[in-house]
Amino acid sequence: MSWDTVIGLEIHVQLATKTKIFSGASTAYGAEPNTQACAIDLAMPGTLPVLNKQAVNYAIMFGLAIDAEIGQVSAFERKNYFYPDLPKGYQTTQLEKPIVGRGNVEIQLADGSTKNVRIHHAHLEEDAGKSLHEGNFSSKFSGIDLNRAGTPLIEIVSEPDMNNAEEAIAFAKKIHSIVTSLGICDGEMSQGSMRFDVNVSVKPSGTDILGTRTETKNLNSFKFMEEAIKREVERQIDVIEDGGAIVQETRLYNGETKVARSMRSKEEANDYRYFPCPDLLPVIVSDEQVAELRRNLPELPDARQARFTQQYNLSDYDAGILSSDAAMAKYFEAAASTCSDAKLAANWTIGELSARLNSEDLSITNSPVSAQQLAGLITRIADNSISGKMAKEVFEGIWAGEGSADEIIEARGLKQVSDSGALEQMVADVLAANQTMVDDYINTDEAKRKKKLGGFMGQIMKASKGQANPQQVNQILAKKLNELL
Amino acid sequence: MSIERQEIEKLATLSRIAINESTITEVSQRLSSVLGLVDQLQAVNTEGVDAMSHPMQATQRLREDEVTELNQREALQATAPETEDGLFLVPKVIE
Amino acid sequence: MHNLTIAELIKGLQSKEFTSVELTQHFLDRIDSLNPAYNAVITVTAEQALKAAAAADQRLAAGDAPDLCGVPILHKDIFCTDGVRTSCGSKMLDNFIPPYNATVVENFEQAGAVVLGKTNMDEFAMGSSNETSFYGPVKNPWATDSVPGGSSGGSAAAVAARLAPGATATDTGGSIRQPAALCGVSGIKPTYGRVSRWGMIAFASSLDQGGPMARTAEDCALLLNCMASYDDKDSTCIDREVPDYTADLNSSVKGLRIGVPKEYFSEGLHAGTEQAVRAALAKLEEQGAELVEISLPNSALSVPAYYVIAPAEASANLSRFDGSRYGYRCEDPKDLQDMYCRSRAEGFGEEVQRRILIGTYCLSAGYYDAYYGKSQQVRQLIQQDFVSAFEKVDLIMGPTCPSPAFKFGSKGDDPVAMYLEDIYTIATNLAGLPGMSIPCGMVEDKPVGLQIIGNYFDEALILNAAHQYQQITEWHDLAPAGVAS
Repeated sequence: MSWDTVIGLEIHVQLATKTKIFSGASTAYGAEPNTQACAIDLAMPGTLPVLNKQAVNYAIMFGLAIDAEIGQVSAFERKNYFYPDLPKGYQTTQLEKPIVGRGNVEIQLADGSTKNVRIHHAHLEEDAGKSLHEGNFSSKFSGIDLNRAGTPLIEIVSEPDMNNAEEAIAFAKKIHSIVTSLGICDGEMSQGSMRFDVNVSVKPSGTDILGTRTETKNLNSFKFMEEAIKREVERQIDVIEDGGAIVQETRLYNGETKVARSMRSKEEANDYRYFPCPDLLPVIVSDEQVAELRRNLPELPDARQARFTQQYNLSDYDAGILSSDAAMAKYFEAAASTCSDAKLAANWTIGELSARLNSEDLSITNSPVSAQQLAGLITRIADNSISGKMAKEVFEGIWAGEGSADEIIEARGLKQVSDSGALEQMVADVLAANQTMVDDYINTDEAKRKKKLGGFMGQIMKASKGQANPQQVNQILAKKLNELL
Repeated sequence: MSIERQEIEKLATLSRIAINESTITEVSQRLSSVLGLVDQLQAVNTEGVDAMSHPMQATQRLREDEVTELNQREALQATAPETEDGLFLVPKVIE
Repeated sequence: MHNLTIAELIKGLQSKEFTSVELTQHFLDRIDSLNPAYNAVITVTAEQALKAAAAADQRLAAGDAPDLCGVPILHKDIFCTDGVRTSCGSKMLDNFIPPYNATVVENFEQAGAVVLGKTNMDEFAMGSSNETSFYGPVKNPWATDSVPGGSSGGSAAAVAARLAPGATATDTGGSIRQPAALCGVSGIKPTYGRVSRWGMIAFASSLDQGGPMARTAEDCALLLNCMASYDDKDSTCIDREVPDYTADLNSSVKGLRIGVPKEYFSEGLHAGTEQAVRAALAKLEEQGAELVEISLPNSALSVPAYYVIAPAEASANLSRFDGSRYGYRCEDPKDLQDMYCRSRAEGFGEEVQRRILIGTYCLSAGYYDAYYGKSQQVRQLIQQDFVSAFEKVDLIMGPTCPSPAFKFGSKGDDPVAMYLEDIYTIATNLAGLPGMSIPCGMVEDKPVGLQIIGNYFDEALILNAAHQYQQITEWHDLAPAGVAS
């Protein structure tokens, strides 16, 4: 029996505001515990929330980016539950009247096809703090850090429009691309700036009856998300094929052990007793405010991709990769605009640079090689000062902080020899020293001669310590050998 | 309307209030009495009446996104039951 | 000095008849000697008070001091006071010292008023008799075997006993007006949003409103001038200029249309109370006011609607008291849930627990629509009653409470009997309207209160009518035995 998979995502996106959603405390990442948790964030008695304007604007910007209805009147509810990282004993969130209504996101798949994923809504809410289980305290305790409590989030809820892990990842990446392009989220997954809850169910192929779904919560990387989905789909199919039934439950996936487990489903777990928050009034969004935000909306990934193919003459694929990440797009454009070869800039950004950043787990904003430095390197490749092989060496030098491309070329004496007089002499010397090879070349038939050229090239490059310009050597060599025929 | 013992236990769990076995009947009686009072509402015809959450027809004011609250950890933790290295300590959280 | 009104004290201070230090010391001495009999004040801040008084004297000497400079007052222990325990009448906050001031406290500090200490109250303002305080009941200065009313019983008793010329209070369902009536003082609950709720520990956020208590309407006007302010820390605070509430006190009531709701004179009203209230209305009629019989048909529903809405909001507002960050934590919790459940069971009194349970019930799955949703609709109907009434009349008057102060323990085991004490006051909280109680007679040697309800932001008109009534009557000048001398 074959099965269809149905996937829906809930994505928590931390908004890149300077302050909390309901207080004037900083949201900067990495501060000492509880130094950015003010009286409001700690839910001290008598404190009250006042809504951050930028958080509202950012949520509207997201709505505009996905062509959604913007709630002219939105409201906040309290979601009640006790947890140490939730100081008020309720989360202030939106239920009945979210700020962003139905919208659409188009995703591109590896086979080149596209698919539309519907957004059910997106709402504003506050993040919780963190419970730490290890520290300078007895193992009987957990330590509570409320710096993150009150950080503004939008929760983006998709319809169950995805049918496999690839689509879910493409969707998640597209949302990442949109929010970073808008500048409303820093996109730093390792810092928890985006977290995914994945709803998965399976049903017999071709049927319309939806299966029971499970929710795997708090996945904070695309990789974990992919693994978690694949494993959950397999698990569900196994259970059903063994005659069992899927239990509706919340699951936690551990990226380290690659094992998901069910969170004990308490009987009362779902009774959140939502009701309108009496400390906050209805949020009214005016047409003018929306128009103003629309006017100033930054370039979105799809538009940027189209522009890149046109402006820089890039392939759809390259333009797609470069435009999906706002920081990468910015880097690429900075490099491309200071060197003469955009295509090379694209190749280097997508290739060598990305690979190196990935292997060191660095984001492009923290790249040791600046866009200007990369442009300097590309300029030297384009004007044939250095070979592709030397370029890699120079790149490593820049990465290691040895200076600009020109400084490294100079210091290491890597300059490619392109002086034709010197190259002619070099070729002549090699030919003279290898008379047997020359004879061999002359006596063989036309078809095999091409192959034999390689042998001379190797000798010449060796003699030049790799600094001879290979294209030029090739030309000179061909000319000289032809003269002997 | 009377309120079942089981329901009291559920409410107590939801509200995180330990209820003493010996007082549960009394609690149940008193809650039932209050519910008897509020059940008068059921007879009211409210068809088409909007729910009213706020007494005033005002709208939410928005705050500029500027840092106004600086670190006050020491003062805010001065009366905390238990802290260590700036963290609030609570009995171990099991997820 | 303790028999002088605030208006008279201001004159005395400004004309240097006495200093603030003398005045402050006088009231501190009275608290010392008289308070043990009433238990109205639970924290005395003698040292800070004398320091503030000395500073006030300097400001007074320099001239141009604000009206209330040097005037001693008491704060209800629901208002957070920087560095001074703020208990809200609860064991839960017995050890809580906030590092911040409520806006109301700040306003009085700016004006140079001298804070003598904090007044007793029903725990978390939940009660109509002051019997629920962790610090023991307040005794009514008119009859110490009787309740002072609640929840602001400490403030009312303190003003009646001349322990301070004025005090702050709060009113969620009658908590200013009912104790004012039972203790024979004047107290006004302003329009919802007129006084900031920042730093005022929340009971039911959409109903809570701070207001002053004093012996006369004129004194209430002077205190309200300082207490009312626009505050951007409270989203529900109304951005509207605060008028000078003393400006219109002397206007005539001639032609004033006073609505007399027939529902406020129905069964359950004590005959003596009715007589006193009718006599007061007749007095105003003599002065040229016009009495108009009106109907507030949904009045009877205000108590049930209130006892859904207030506990529902309270159940969430009080979740923050969980033993984690401040306040009471039980001894040796065996795990997290044990800490929550026992800290809250031991830290909250019986009435508070009852209201949390009721509120939780009304919001829980399956009951929300029938209780909470329904109450919000009934709330609308109740407001509509007032809107219609104020098309025909300028003010509405009637009794503040059904009978004079009752004896301790006389409401027995049934919480509902106590809840009906607020039958005439609750509707104004649900509608958000301003209301006042002033003394208008004596029954069984206990004071009776006349309630005056105004349209939104008509505090000045309420105070004007109250002041005019006090110009021709002497009920507000009466003092309980032993306190005037």
